[in-house]
Amino acid sequence: MRISKVLNAHGLGTLFLGLLGVLCLGYFPRSASAANPPDAAAVILIRNATILTVSHGTIERGSILIKDGKIAEVSQSINAPKDAQVIDAAGQFVMPGIIDCHSHIAAESINEGSVSVSSMVNMAEILNPEDIDIYRDLAGGVTAANILHGSANAIGGQTLVIKLRWGQPAAKLPFEGALPGIKFALGENPKRSNFSIPGQPRRYPSTRMGVEETIRSAFSEARDYQKSWQDYGKRLAAGEKNLIPPRRDLRLEPLVEVLEGKRYVHSHCYREDEILMLLRVAKEFGFKVRTFQHVLEGYKVADELATAGVGASTFSDWWAYKVEAYDAIPYNAALMTRRGVVVSINSDDAEEATHLNQEAAKSMKFGGLSHDEALKMVTLNPAVQLGIDNRVGTIDVGKDADLAIYNHDPLSAYAVVQKTLIDGRVYFDRQRDTAEHSEREKEKKALIDKFKKSAEKKPEDKKPDATVPILQKPAEKKPGEKKPEEKKPEKNPGPPLESAAPVLPGGER
Amino acid sequence: MLAAVCALSGRACAQSQPSATYALTHAKIFTLAGSAIEDGTLLIRDGKIAAAAVSPSSEHIPVTRAAGITEVLAVPGGGGFDSNGSGGVIGGQASAIHLAGWTIDEMLIKKSAAMVLNWPEIETHTFDLTTFSRKEKPFSEAKQEYDKQVNEITDWVERARHYALAMEKGSAARYDRDLKLEALAPVVRGELPLLVFADRSREIRNAVEFCDKQGLRMILAGGSEAYKVKDLLRSKSVPVILRPLLTLPLDEDDSYDRLLSQPAELAAAGVKFAFASFDNSFARRLGQNAANAVAYGLPYDEALKAVTLYPARIFGLDGQIGTLEQGKIANLIVTNGDPLELTTDVMYLFIRGQRTSMDNRHLRLYEKYSKRPKAQ
Repeated sequence: MRISKVLNAHGLGTLFLGLLGVLCLGYFPRSASAANPPDAAAVILIRNATILTVSHGTIERGSILIKDGKIAEVSQSINAPKDAQVIDAAGQFVMPGIIDCHSHIAAESINEGSVSVSSMVNMAEILNPEDIDIYRDLAGGVTAANILHGSANAIGGQTLVIKLRWGQPAAKLPFEGALPGIKFALGENPKRSNFSIPGQPRRYPSTRMGVEETIRSAFSEARDYQKSWQDYGKRLAAGEKNLIPPRRDLRLEPLVEVLEGKRYVHSHCYREDEILMLLRVAKEFGFKVRTFQHVLEGYKVADELATAGVGASTFSDWWAYKVEAYDAIPYNAALMTRRGVVVSINSDDAEEATHLNQEAAKSMKFGGLSHDEALKMVTLNPAVQLGIDNRVGTIDVGKDADLAIYNHDPLSAYAVVQKTLIDGRVYFDRQRDTAEHSEREKEKKALIDKFKKSAEKKPEDKKPDATVPILQKPAEKKPGEKKPEEKKPEKNPGPPLESAAPVLPGGER
Repeated sequence: MLAAVCALSGRACAQSQPSATYALTHAKIFTLAGSAIEDGTLLIRDGKIAAAAVSPSSEHIPVTRAAGITEVLAVPGGGGFDSNGSGGVIGGQASAIHLAGWTIDEMLIKKSAAMVLNWPEIETHTFDLTTFSRKEKPFSEAKQEYDKQVNEITDWVERARHYALAMEKGSAARYDRDLKLEALAPVVRGELPLLVFADRSREIRNAVEFCDKQGLRMILAGGSEAYKVKDLLRSKSVPVILRPLLTLPLDEDDSYDRLLSQPAELAAAGVKFAFASFDNSFARRLGQNAANAVAYGLPYDEALKAVTLYPARIFGLDGQIGTLEQGKIANLIVTNGDPLELTTDVMYLFIRGQRTSMDNRHLRLYEKYSKRPKAQ
């Protein structure tokens, strides 16, 4: 929680928490950008840029015309229409906005870990548009993200795709028209092998056998439930009167949607055996797995993945952070690509998402993918996996103007994002961020000084018991404040690992 | 092809072959001891750099080595991951090793390179697993616990000082041997530096003041908020082993690029620092970290030195490793491009003058499954 961090940084006790809370109510980091989403410029012209279209090669010193949030023209040279806002991108590189196929940003909570089938809960209900990680990832060129439930359960919660429209309310975050998903998880996490909670009994399943049975059992129920509604529908259509519809089952409804192809399955997995297991179960019940997530041993069963038409969304070079990640290799993405699997590189982590362009570049080094193939890992391929490639993923006429502008080739460790556009609006601008920095620092200092002064004046007025509860009211939640179950370790040296289990009991990965 | 030669220093075995002589020709040589040589020759004989063109000069191991890392500081107890709290305040001794050798003795550069000290943190946020909820601890309570741990450190240091005195004055028969205090004796004598893990500016400041008062040599590890105390670090000559830049800022109102721009800020302020992985499985991101710092303003030469010369110097090993100079141990890599860039390959790797295998589990699995016949 930011407030107490500020406080502690100045060596003051919790005695004054309440007061500072009141003082800070109007102060949110980057409040200016948070309060005011960028105006939509009806017409924007980006020119003199190296355009990495992903779909049709690279255009040197080219132009992109944006009208009403869509790409209207892409060519060598476009004359600026009247009233067009011109972005001169001389020496810069424009690529499609990065799409992160596995993210947990903008989420108030991640794991409903109390049960093995939590299909009734929905990430869409708990979006937090003020999560600072939205802004941080935006600053890394990310424009859309697949917001997944955690991996605590064999069948997890419902998921959705969002656009990183920082400053907009929660209702504006969902990617319009994108098919919703559901999270499945296999292996160590759903069988809870890496953590136990003191005082709580172990939960079924505890084995990989149990994970499989949990999924099969749930789909057996879902089939029966589906049939009860079909029967009801038939009798209704036949004109029967005074029918009582089946009782709605919020747990089984999303599974029926999976059976009917109206909801994508994104399944967390590591090992080849469990990958093949889920493919068998899916075949048995007649549903499709849309993507395997992590899928670090996907390279061992790449042909099977390609045949089943399942996408693979993996890490660039993470390995050995848990036993089931021991055979992870950085060549995974390239090997699966060579065998015809649609592969994306994801983050599963707010920090990793800030440099997915660099992570994609590693597939050139490990496995020798081409520049374009590497770019696709974080643009077109995740778009295909999420069924949104008609809208985003390449720089083509008619697509959403979701773009990232870099000062160097984005597949380099030296590239820094200069601007990120979503729907043709500039949501991140490095120059603006830098310019606003000193203002933010001044504002913060003024608030701290004001607090210190008032604390010196009347220390006897502030009683800890009276003030602390103010901060605990849910209504006064601060941006980015998270519930404990998804609190990440602060001293994390790199992307958070499974070994952080004590603070990530329902953890990811 | 432009070959770049550079001695990359990083973290924690390969097989020795009979000593051979190698000449690397037509290479761009980053000696790190002077300016780069564009088209130079480097001769390796008897495991040492005999003459440069001019005078300047577990599975984790092979995987790490394949990333061009030839030496590491092996820190006990995963000190980097949970730097505060786990494993007690005094974490053990860190060793500098070559990433090749049949036995630890063959690998050792310096058995005891630093003593790890996990500086406590005033932590008001806790997590209660029994109720599965976050708890706020009153500051006064957290401060009390912090003070208790600092007192514990003070106590260790004072006892070690008495012990060192007894070692000096008395014969072994006149005092009971205590291995812990014996290990700390070189620290209080100022012979062995303390590698102090701390991230917040308040804790860093307290640690620097503590070491200063106690006359101990300090190396800071972590240092997420080192920029806030850069003047103090420079004036007390405390070098910093920075945790990976690929980490989120500590506070949500920090700039998004706070950690990325810190190296440039520290360099400008004259604070000495080195990059490090803090984690075995992320060791191959060392060069990426250094390059990212360049993207955010650090001069390229400084970035390269921060993974070669500077870590060697910080641990007093720069007489042996860290630059390509005549007489130094020939630990070096040959790459096909900028050694810090993501897409660059390490072509050859020499450890103690011997061409060392870059084969590793990942490469073997890659080759095995590349050859899998198409599934029916």
